[in-house]
Amino acid sequence: MAYIFQQALNALQLGSIYALIALGYTMVYGILTMINFAHGDLFMIGAFFCFLLAVHLKLSFVPTLLLSMLGVAGLGVIIERLAYKPLRNAPRVSAIITALGVGLFLENFTLALSPYPKHIPPLLENTTWILGTLSISSLQIIIILLSLVLMLILDFIVQHTKAGMAMRAISWDKTIVALMGVPVNKIISLTFAIGTGLGGAAGMLYGLAYPVIDPYMGIIIGWKAFICAVVGGIGNIRGAMIGGFILGAVEILVAAFFPSTFRDFVAFTLLLILLIVRPYGILGKPHPQKV
Amino acid sequence: MVFLKTAWHALKKRWHTLTDTRYFWPIFLMAGLAFCVAVDTFGFVDLYLQLILIYLGINIILTVSLNLINGYMGEFSVGHAGFMAVGAYVASLLTVHGLPAGVSVNFFFPLAILVGGVAAALVGFLVAIPSFKTRGDYLAIVTLAFCMIVKSVLENIDAVGGPRGLLGMEKLTTLPWVFFWTVLSLWVIRNLVYSNFGRGILSIREDEIASDLMSVNSRQVKIIAFVVSSFFAGIAGGLFAHALQFINPRMFDILKSTDVLIMVYLGGIASISGSIIGASIYTILLEILRPLGVWRMVLMPLMLVLLMIFRPHGIMGMREARLFTPLRDLATEKLWRQKKEGAPDATP
Repeated sequence: MAYIFQQALNALQLGSIYALIALGYTMVYGILTMINFAHGDLFMIGAFFCFLLAVHLKLSFVPTLLLSMLGVAGLGVIIERLAYKPLRNAPRVSAIITALGVGLFLENFTLALSPYPKHIPPLLENTTWILGTLSISSLQIIIILLSLVLMLILDFIVQHTKAGMAMRAISWDKTIVALMGVPVNKIISLTFAIGTGLGGAAGMLYGLAYPVIDPYMGIIIGWKAFICAVVGGIGNIRGAMIGGFILGAVEILVAAFFPSTFRDFVAFTLLLILLIVRPYGILGKPHPQKV
Repeated sequence: MVFLKTAWHALKKRWHTLTDTRYFWPIFLMAGLAFCVAVDTFGFVDLYLQLILIYLGINIILTVSLNLINGYMGEFSVGHAGFMAVGAYVASLLTVHGLPAGVSVNFFFPLAILVGGVAAALVGFLVAIPSFKTRGDYLAIVTLAFCMIVKSVLENIDAVGGPRGLLGMEKLTTLPWVFFWTVLSLWVIRNLVYSNFGRGILSIREDEIASDLMSVNSRQVKIIAFVVSSFFAGIAGGLFAHALQFINPRMFDILKSTDVLIMVYLGGIASISGSIIGASIYTILLEILRPLGVWRMVLMPLMLVLLMIFRPHGIMGMREARLFTPLRDLATEKLWRQKKEGAPDATP
């Protein structure tokens, strides 16, 4: 029983990080129908910002978190303005290839500046409570709670504020919404800022949980978070959260019962089966095609 | 300026009268093959340059075969490295462990490459099945998951070396073989997309439902496209393994697929000449920029982004060099140009 609870806690920790990254994918997709493949690398940049702030400026936990979120969000907006905006009316694949290019650029730029893996110092005092055979670390609780709070804030913004209403409207129809006086460009920038900011937060939390970071860490985690977004139904914010927790749970469960090298294999096979059964994800709705 | 323009047109016309003759392709190919054989036997080109040419050929095969799915059929497959891995492992296992007694490995090599390609084609057939129902980003995920599953399975099979990889291949990939397979892949795919059947592939890109209504058997078309594409990816994998003489599962991860995607979209989708140009520019530029060290990997994506912003269709996107266009299509294109005279460049 305690073992199951322990694994559930691990799954929640991994799942909340996946969910935070998946939110960035799904928000950008919802509003621009474009897959921002650079998102996984923005997540990596978040972890590196955290490293810079914590090691060189010796900041404590809260300012590090806020500043790295802000930094990544700013970077996300700059990327959107410089690289994606000129391509808004171009074919969709050009935008996707541009995103892949931006991602490669971020990876290799970071690699050129810091070729060796970095170690993030513990920013929080990590106390471990032992309840019988169950051990709960305060770090785990903080990661889970913090991501839940961030997700609740995001859900509130999207569902109950004017900017959130504009976001939902743009994902419905970009042309008409502009005629209604909604500043489309500003809202798109805001979406990018929020999405990539959450990715930056995820990068920092990941860095605290698994403290060794390197420039290529964003690739696999980014693609996996993308898979979470698709499993939940891409474009659907609540779906991305569910998808993140599902993938986290599956990975932890597989690692708990099989050799851990089988993790990717089982996780992706399950994903394939799910996509064959429900091609539009869990919460996604099929778009009827018309001729 | 006007003088330059007339000179350019005159040159172009000369070139076209040369390429339009029946003898151009046979002579060109014979000369190419003779050059490759000569280089291989006499070795007057240094080994480094030879290796670059071999990689160039392999990259052209990969690019043109991915272009069949991503460019001509309009899907977004990101799992090309998976097919390549299957071909590489099958071919290498055959030449390392499966060599029949008394057979020279040089004779056995083409067969091993072919079997690798067929194995990759069988896997491609399996990947084609989900593509009946899923499209677009969801199919991208299916191919991505497939690529990761292949890598994960290879890492877990100890008999093929697991994560340590496989070695023991002899250096059997020579320039003539690469030339042969490159020409074969270009020839097959070019003839496929210009055939009656291949027009069905293009119609799926434009509109799948409409093409169904026009009695295109979209399932059959998708299966054929995936099988042909993965077959050549497997061939490229086999050649790659025997050029490098060492493979491990990490070589065929998502970064390799990204490389091929970049070559496809750099050169331009739905274009044979674009595939050749894209693969050549990417391969050669990476070698030229080698003195820059890590920074070349920073410069390359930056150039790609700039190219995409200023030329979103890539270099030859949706266009074809006259060299690769069949004569009957040339006439249609001429008619179409005359009608559009004065109209701005109409990109689809």
